[in-house]
Amino acid sequence: MIAQFFVLSQRGDNIVFRDYRGEVSKGSAEIFFRKVKFWKEDEEEEAPPVFVELLQRIARVTKDYLGVLNEDSLRKNFVLVYELLDEVIDFGYPQTTSTEVLKSYVFNEPIVIDSARVPPLGPASMFMQGTKKMPGTAITKSVIVTEPGGRKREEIFVDIIEKISVTFSSSVNINMEQGYILTSEIDGTIQMKSYLTGSPEIRLALNEDLSIGRNSSSVYGENKPSLLAADYIVALFSLKLQIPPDGEFAAMNYRMTQEFKPPFRVNPLIEEAGQLKAEVIIKIHADFAPSVTANTITVQMPVPTYTARVSFELESGAVGQTADFKEGAKRLEWCLKKAGFSSMCFRFILFVLLFYKLYQFYNISILFVRIFISLRKMLQIVGGSEHTLRAKLTFSQESHGNIAREAGPINMNFTIPMYNASKLQVRYLHIAKKSPSYNPYRWVRYVTQSNSYVARL
Amino acid sequence: MAPPPAPPQKSPSPSQPSGKSEVSDLKLQLRQLAGSRAPGADDSKRDLFKRVISYMTVGIDVSAAFSEMVMCSATSDIVLKKMCYLYVGNYARCHPDLALLTINFLQKDCHDEDPMIRGLALRSLCSLRVPNLVEYLVAPLGAGLKDGSSYVRMVAAVGVLKLHHISAATCLDSDFPAVLKSLMLTDPDAQVVANCLFVLQEIWNLEANKSEEAARERETLLSKKIVYYLLNRIKEFNEWAQCLVLELVAKYIPSDTDDIFDIMNLLEDRLQHANGAVVLATIKVFLHLTMSMTDVHQQVYERIKAPLLTLVGSGSSEQSYAVLSHLHLLVMRAPMLFSSDYKHFYCQFSDPSYVKKLKLEMLTAIANESNTYEIVTELCEYAGNVDVPIARESIRAVGKIALQQYDVNAIVDRLLQFLEMEKDYVTAETLVLVKDLLRKYPQWSHDCIAVVGNISSKNVQEPKAKAALIWMLGEYSQDMPDAPYILESLIENWDEENAAEVRLHLLTAAMKCFFKRPPETQKALGAALAAGLADSHQDVHDRALFYHRLLQYDVSVAEHVVNPPKQAVSVFADTQSSEIKDRIFDEFNSLSVVYQKPYMFTDKEHREPFEFSEEIGNLSLGQESVGNAPRYDESDKDLLLSTSEREENGGPSTNGPAASGYSAPTDYNSSLVSLSSQTQSETAISDPGMPKYTSQMTLAIDDLLGLSLNPKAALDPGTFQRKWGQLAVSISQDCSVSPQGVAALTTPQALIRHMQTSSIQCIARGQSPNFKFFFFAQKLDGPPSFFLVECLVNTSSAKAQVKIKADDATASEVFFGLFQSALSKFGVL
Repeated sequence: MIAQFFVLSQRGDNIVFRDYRGEVSKGSAEIFFRKVKFWKEDEEEEAPPVFVELLQRIARVTKDYLGVLNEDSLRKNFVLVYELLDEVIDFGYPQTTSTEVLKSYVFNEPIVIDSARVPPLGPASMFMQGTKKMPGTAITKSVIVTEPGGRKREEIFVDIIEKISVTFSSSVNINMEQGYILTSEIDGTIQMKSYLTGSPEIRLALNEDLSIGRNSSSVYGENKPSLLAADYIVALFSLKLQIPPDGEFAAMNYRMTQEFKPPFRVNPLIEEAGQLKAEVIIKIHADFAPSVTANTITVQMPVPTYTARVSFELESGAVGQTADFKEGAKRLEWCLKKAGFSSMCFRFILFVLLFYKLYQFYNISILFVRIFISLRKMLQIVGGSEHTLRAKLTFSQESHGNIAREAGPINMNFTIPMYNASKLQVRYLHIAKKSPSYNPYRWVRYVTQSNSYVARL
Repeated sequence: MAPPPAPPQKSPSPSQPSGKSEVSDLKLQLRQLAGSRAPGADDSKRDLFKRVISYMTVGIDVSAAFSEMVMCSATSDIVLKKMCYLYVGNYARCHPDLALLTINFLQKDCHDEDPMIRGLALRSLCSLRVPNLVEYLVAPLGAGLKDGSSYVRMVAAVGVLKLHHISAATCLDSDFPAVLKSLMLTDPDAQVVANCLFVLQEIWNLEANKSEEAARERETLLSKKIVYYLLNRIKEFNEWAQCLVLELVAKYIPSDTDDIFDIMNLLEDRLQHANGAVVLATIKVFLHLTMSMTDVHQQVYERIKAPLLTLVGSGSSEQSYAVLSHLHLLVMRAPMLFSSDYKHFYCQFSDPSYVKKLKLEMLTAIANESNTYEIVTELCEYAGNVDVPIARESIRAVGKIALQQYDVNAIVDRLLQFLEMEKDYVTAETLVLVKDLLRKYPQWSHDCIAVVGNISSKNVQEPKAKAALIWMLGEYSQDMPDAPYILESLIENWDEENAAEVRLHLLTAAMKCFFKRPPETQKALGAALAAGLADSHQDVHDRALFYHRLLQYDVSVAEHVVNPPKQAVSVFADTQSSEIKDRIFDEFNSLSVVYQKPYMFTDKEHREPFEFSEEIGNLSLGQESVGNAPRYDESDKDLLLSTSEREENGGPSTNGPAASGYSAPTDYNSSLVSLSSQTQSETAISDPGMPKYTSQMTLAIDDLLGLSLNPKAALDPGTFQRKWGQLAVSISQDCSVSPQGVAALTTPQALIRHMQTSSIQCIARGQSPNFKFFFFAQKLDGPPSFFLVECLVNTSSAKAQVKIKADDATASEVFFGLFQSALSKFGVL
């Protein structure tokens, strides 16, 4: 049972506070704030997963209603949140957490917060399914708000989100390739968010060569590149025919441990250069199609604790790259950002130039195109490009023995939109038509994120 | 906190409610609006209500505005109504007289046309928590349970529980449980059924110890009929209700194997549910059902592996942790089944350290011949980790795997490589491990000692590691040429050594070294003994004194005592006994698994006898301590006497001075009438039962001839639980229970009271059909010595199993006699 439900701000004051059973003493919220811990009441055994899941579900439902879930939106809409909480839990027992069912009990209009200037949730983001959500561009629309234009826009969003974990080994394997893949895993989810009225049926078709389970050895052995073998699939609804609930829900979770081509190859090198010096070279190679562009990449590498100074050498002409030595954490950080404003301007000028000169100086324009392409490669992390960072470390004391053992491993964080490592694909998304003119918007997106992308030294 | 229109309350912290002026201001505005019918009045009311509720949330007491709020509540605006209900629910308890004002409009709303308003009003009515107003609840509740709308029935079902909490008698007198029961079995709406179920569970749980009927009713919830009924409808329930039903099914005792397979087939697809809570609840059902069928049980493990592993990867790290803890439990129970999945337990960079720690433990457990190499290679990578606690943990894991006897050769090499890494904490952890390794595999001493000998003791600072190094120096001083000199330099810095543990080891190592290489060590040993004798730490002082006298008595005897030929350790004492693991397993899908501690004392009601006894114990503490004072003196004298005696004898005693020195002085003036001559005869029987205890022990046994128990013994559950975990079972015996005994057990309270008259206190008991009792008793005299008893009575087979654990194992036979006689007097045996 749940005796109390409260949401605290980072400073520890109540944003929302609901007492369901009147059994817990008054200062509970403050005690919780001071020593966050599971309550172990001496009455009955409770299943911890129930509560973690329930908290997440409440967060999700609240987000469905408020559009954005953060401190500001909670504060502005606390009456609506109370309405929700009253229906979700009664006397400590969860009742319903379906966004759709709850709709008939909620009467407050949400005050929508401009999502562009919202600060992140901070530690409370744990309730939003880890980082599985789409970063940045996630839909921030309440399920009960009508568009200013009057009619509600009929649309459905399907996100295929994959988190990949890869560990590259430091040693050499049998085939003499260095940095071979030690472990690789994909945790994927198909996330849907429906704003369709009248709950129409939806048909979602995936690749035909999808096979589930590893029981047939041939599947695993043949190593067909197109063959998709998921270890295990958890489906909320049968995929063939489903009526999506309102709001956000996970249609399917899957996990793959079959080998796949990792999007980035990482080649780190650390070498001693004299008694108090060492050199680090990190090379990353984007191993995907040129049409795909990765968003911000950060590469982190712990260096020996006695490192005093680091000087960096970025590749010539690199735009949007920064490298930094975090002295406190003894860590190198290398950031590769998407093309910034200045480079965009530059590109625009190029376009204009191209347009004018195209038929006059055909040869020159070809040259421009070449320049343009190479520039794009340099500015962005497009498929096929390669980037290198050189860093010179200066130590405060002599290193004893193996530097490689005291540095690393290298960790990479990235997001690649419109790319998925598992090759799982939505072939079509069919919505049962109510009338010939009914043609709701369908959005299908793919995102690959790094979960743990590690190269050992 | 507050919405923007009210900026002044941004500053006060929740603990210091202020803003009296704001509240009176609000009162005034509300009063003005109360009668207003002007257009827009509702909007301004909404704003005001919002402000009131935001004050309430922050913790400012706005109960002063109660009557104004009620006055404003006559409205058709549902948003306003809801806010008003929320307010009233919060403050009615502190203002019971004012709450009466709300009854009228709530009752009126209970008859509204809109089922939503009816439901809301009923919920608020039941949430008032004012005992005087109970009479107004019964009629609306009765109507609500028969309402045409499922929403109202849902609310009414929970309302019954709320009523029970305010006034149990009213609830039972109105016969609501019976109505709920029929509703549960017939209602078309699944959520109504689920609400009825938990309400009935809670009510009957609370009533069970007051009336037998309720206890019987509670049992019927677990009957085949009801369980099957709920299982057949399981897909209609929402996920939370499913968890509730599954929890119930896990307690169900199936009649035969068909029953088991039926249930499992029915629930099979629940394992694919996206909600981790449902999956875990299902797994619990599967595991409990198949407990008695070994082969099927194993198949269940195979079946649940994939869902669990997917769950671990799919949620946030908090969810993963909850699931991993359960996986951890399963892995510990059946490591073999998971040995091929070891890669899933590799730590990921992004894992928080609490997840990593669990994973490391699992990797340790599943290591076997086939995967040790890979696992150890992976663990070695973590040893250089930036996260120091995890690095330490992984080194320890490598050591533990080595102690499991797989591929020791390669692991020893790895461990020795750690020593070359020259990181302080790595060296420290490794030294401790190498020590343990050598105790188990002395044949590796040669390789290890060569490397350990190169370590400068100056680089080792942690007491544990230092102690390990010193132990090795002493144990293998014949193989390390400079061992005496290292020890000597350590002894020179005696005063700078803060940890007593290190000083103790230093003494012993100096002794061992002395026996092997006397001329080189003599001086160092002398210095060590002198320093030890002057040491302020009692143990160090005593050990130095002991060695000193041993050496004075006979050097060869001393060598025999301090440095006898050792046998390699085969199994290190496990920190957690398998018994505790079993207990945790019984509590699958609960916090016990996450805490890795069993939870013994489940029901509050059963703790009452304990709370009672604690009270008594506290009350009598004062007088008792006065009475006890001279006795302690006596025992002090006794202690002195026995040590001085030993000095005269000067004989070797490996047990140290503690064993007989602290034995309790005899005290026969037992105040207990219930202890009859039977005790004496019991003791007589027990004597031949322990021939293994030699003369040293006879003194202790003499003391126990008149074992008398403290009638006011007190022990808190935490201590009990700890003790139960620490102590070994000294007696475990099965006995049969007479039919009258089974009948008598239907009222366990009587048994508990009876046992109390024999100075045996009940600290907790479990549910039928397997009655489980935990008793404890304390020896009346001497140092506090407890007896802990677990008594499991199976009524169907008429067997009782008694397990006794005792601080003083020698006395447990006698105590068992006492315990038996007490039971037989009650007619159980």
